Amino acid sequence: MDYVPHTSKDKERMLEKIGVESLEKLLGSIPEKMRLKRDLNLPSPISELELKEHLKKLSQKNKSSDQMVTFLGGGAYDHFIPSVVEHILSRPEFYTAYTPYQAEVSQGTLQSIYEYQSLVCELTGMEVSNASMYDAGSAVAEAAILAFSRTGRKEVLVFDSTNPFYLDVLRTYTRGMDIKIDLRKSQKGIADPADLKNALSEKTAGVIIQNPNFFGLLEKVEEIEPLVHSSGALLILVCDPISLGILKPPGEYKADIAVGEGQSLGNRQNFGGPFLGYFTAKKELIRRMPGRIIGATQDHQGKRGFVMILQTREQHIRRERATSNICTNQALCALAACIYLSLLGKTGLKKVAELCLQKSHYLADRIRQTEGFKIKFDHPFFKEFVVQTPLPPQKIIETLLEKEILAGIALSQFKLGLDDCLLISVTEKRTKKQMDTFVEELRKLK
Amino acid sequence: MIEKLIFELSNPGRIGFSLPEIDVPQKKLSDILPQEKLRENQNLPQISEVDVVRHFTRLSVLNHHVDKRFYPLGSCTMKYNPKLNEEVSRFSGFSDIHPLQPEGTVQGALKLMYELSEYLKEIGGVDAVTLQPSAGAQGELTGLLIASAYHQKKNHRRSKVLIPDSAHGTNPASVVTAGYSPVQVKSDEKGLVDVEELKKLTDQDVAAVMLTNPNTLGLFESQIEKIEKIVHDVDALLYMDGANLNALMGIARPGDMGFDIVHFNLHKTFSTPHGGGGPGSGPLGVKKHLAPFLPVPLVEKKKDQKESYFLNYGLPDSIGKMLTFYGNFGVMVKAYAYIRSCGASGLKNVSESAVLNANYLMASLGDYFDLPYKSFCMHEFVLSGTKQKKRGVKTLDIAKRLLDFGLHPPTIYFPLIVPEALMIEPTESESRESLDEFVSCMIKIAKEAEENPEIVKSAPHNTPVLRLDEVKASRELNVRWSKNVK
Repeated sequence: MDYVPHTSKDKERMLEKIGVESLEKLLGSIPEKMRLKRDLNLPSPISELELKEHLKKLSQKNKSSDQMVTFLGGGAYDHFIPSVVEHILSRPEFYTAYTPYQAEVSQGTLQSIYEYQSLVCELTGMEVSNASMYDAGSAVAEAAILAFSRTGRKEVLVFDSTNPFYLDVLRTYTRGMDIKIDLRKSQKGIADPADLKNALSEKTAGVIIQNPNFFGLLEKVEEIEPLVHSSGALLILVCDPISLGILKPPGEYKADIAVGEGQSLGNRQNFGGPFLGYFTAKKELIRRMPGRIIGATQDHQGKRGFVMILQTREQHIRRERATSNICTNQALCALAACIYLSLLGKTGLKKVAELCLQKSHYLADRIRQTEGFKIKFDHPFFKEFVVQTPLPPQKIIETLLEKEILAGIALSQFKLGLDDCLLISVTEKRTKKQMDTFVEELRKLK
Repeated sequence: MIEKLIFELSNPGRIGFSLPEIDVPQKKLSDILPQEKLRENQNLPQISEVDVVRHFTRLSVLNHHVDKRFYPLGSCTMKYNPKLNEEVSRFSGFSDIHPLQPEGTVQGALKLMYELSEYLKEIGGVDAVTLQPSAGAQGELTGLLIASAYHQKKNHRRSKVLIPDSAHGTNPASVVTAGYSPVQVKSDEKGLVDVEELKKLTDQDVAAVMLTNPNTLGLFESQIEKIEKIVHDVDALLYMDGANLNALMGIARPGDMGFDIVHFNLHKTFSTPHGGGGPGSGPLGVKKHLAPFLPVPLVEKKKDQKESYFLNYGLPDSIGKMLTFYGNFGVMVKAYAYIRSCGASGLKNVSESAVLNANYLMASLGDYFDLPYKSFCMHEFVLSGTKQKKRGVKTLDIAKRLLDFGLHPPTIYFPLIVPEALMIEPTESESRESLDEFVSCMIKIAKEAEENPEIVKSAPHNTPVLRLDEVKASRELNVRWSKNVK
């Protein structure tokens, strides 16, 4: 099935209207030499019924978090998604629409993005938000680029307590730029303000701090902020939006830019994508902010409506002077975040954050009491923590997999000097029983 | 009636969620976290579930969308999005898997990605594919960073990338982001790249030439063989913006035309929905000599074992990662399903029918609007509203008037080289009746422009809102709700 409606009779009549006898005539501008003179070598078409069966089987070759108990995090999380979210996302009015180029017939998309921007501002305490980026990694990279363009300086300071994948993306995005990424070592899991102070200079465009950081720990942002600002650099905070249900938001820390992974807000894990990167900033940076922004206005009868604004910044007019090339957003993922935040609201998000906090601390305490295991860093954390293990983490992961448990992320895959450690994440979905079983299984390990 | 903002629906004490009670011994908050790390307050709204559902349902119906009616946005390929694809992408085995699960537990996902890459290689005539880029623009950036890495490896010092004046707006922006300077190549009177000018501009300082083929006028660059030689003679790379690939499937392949790099838009050519502006997916294909530079990880098949797949991070010359994880996997599932449903014969019929539909519209509208380029088009074509402009009716007005008939207008004022441009891409999804309906509305508007221009100039008349004040929006910068701003 190719979903083309034409019958051969339709095609004949259309060719007649065009005034040619065959379709071949329409393709005459393609040089003979360039033509593919055989059929594409692809599997034969299959029916809807067969295709569905085939994909069902293929999906069953994966083991989902529906079938297993997962303690995986590190940038993608198994948070609960209320049914309402996917019901609304399934409306073709939203998912089969394009970029809202014609505002008069796109108010659904436009208003929902305006609401998304408002909700994210409320959550982060920041002044302005764009309509979203591809994911946290690309948002971090674009935040650094904004800092370069704003300050005219060429260095960005980062710590190895930031998600290594985000730093990978930052490196790739800035390959073509004459800039330096100064990667600092964290001390006992967090950025050391004294080290930061030494590293800061009049060359520093921005400082990137993840809080809670990659290890789940709370950074000393209150000490870091004055250092960064007194050197004239921008403070870029990377925050888990769920944590902001209870933690002090980046706006209160006087961050210039705050970004993060929005997947936790109503989006499934999807093997890593589609996700959305939220991107917020102080208002003074709005004209340099990458990506799409929606603003409120009126029609000529005075009725409120929404449009894309400041489009002159990027591809549309300033083509050659652009500082970012993103021209879409992750609109449907942002809509999920918007619905999620609307449902959870003031009390719900706080409750989710508290559940994550209490449960992760319960598990950490239980593991701490388990012989051979250590909680690596003695520092406040939110929903993730690092465990030092008596056996190679990879071995633990493999053994617990047999018990349908995803034990965590082996930190040996990153060059962090934490090769004997597991990163464990606990969301509100984990029950006491699941965590007790997990600890039991750890205890049994030999 | 205007739809209230979500914040305006808020009422203290209303609840739209239900969460389990805490089942572990609870600690005092202050025992876990220092007080100064906690937030005092936030003002997210408080709304009941039913009110949230009604709000977003009411918002949704304000949108035009493909499932409702015709959506001929040029270069956007607004084709039908098969429903099966939505359903399968939500299978728990695809959507509830974590990107860092052990490889043994995600073999189905890796197999799907591997096979999708193989299909794209075959369709594009390229040797290797990365699925990582999230959108066409990110595909472009990936391709240009690869070009840069290639030249670096060969110790070339290059600073320029050539782009035709008809190119998509993201092309020059991607070039700048990758650290190059874009140089514009003008089009000739036929609407194609001016080959003589290209030759003059192509020197040892050119890293790459980016073309869209067919170009944004819907014309196939028939001098491609000459162009390819000019570009490769200085060891520059030829990049194809694959936004218009819907014209070519099974007919001609970018790789066979000499392109070294091509990006695919799964959300255009391969039927995945646009989602109101994303998520899309912009995989990138390259020829063999560029494969070492692709982003990590690549999905590969283990040689020693049957049917086993893994993520290969071992590419020492790789440009690195473009995204936190592996790309928009959920979108890939849909594109995979589309290709399996169509097969080779179906994809060819798709492209042929897209070309047929565009030419049918062009033949039907040529008498009523200026047609700057008269040769047969591929999957899209460009009209000019200059005839109507003389009556005081701008292309923008024509677009707005189409809204009154319940149709989405074409892309307007693009490409920049055509005055008052209307860029029309019907796609293969539209039946003859659907195209005829569009034609009759366009003819009606052309007549109105002659006889009653006011009705066109003041359009739209029956949309949820009327023309909006964009100047005010960009001046006042009201980009979020807050308690103090109405």
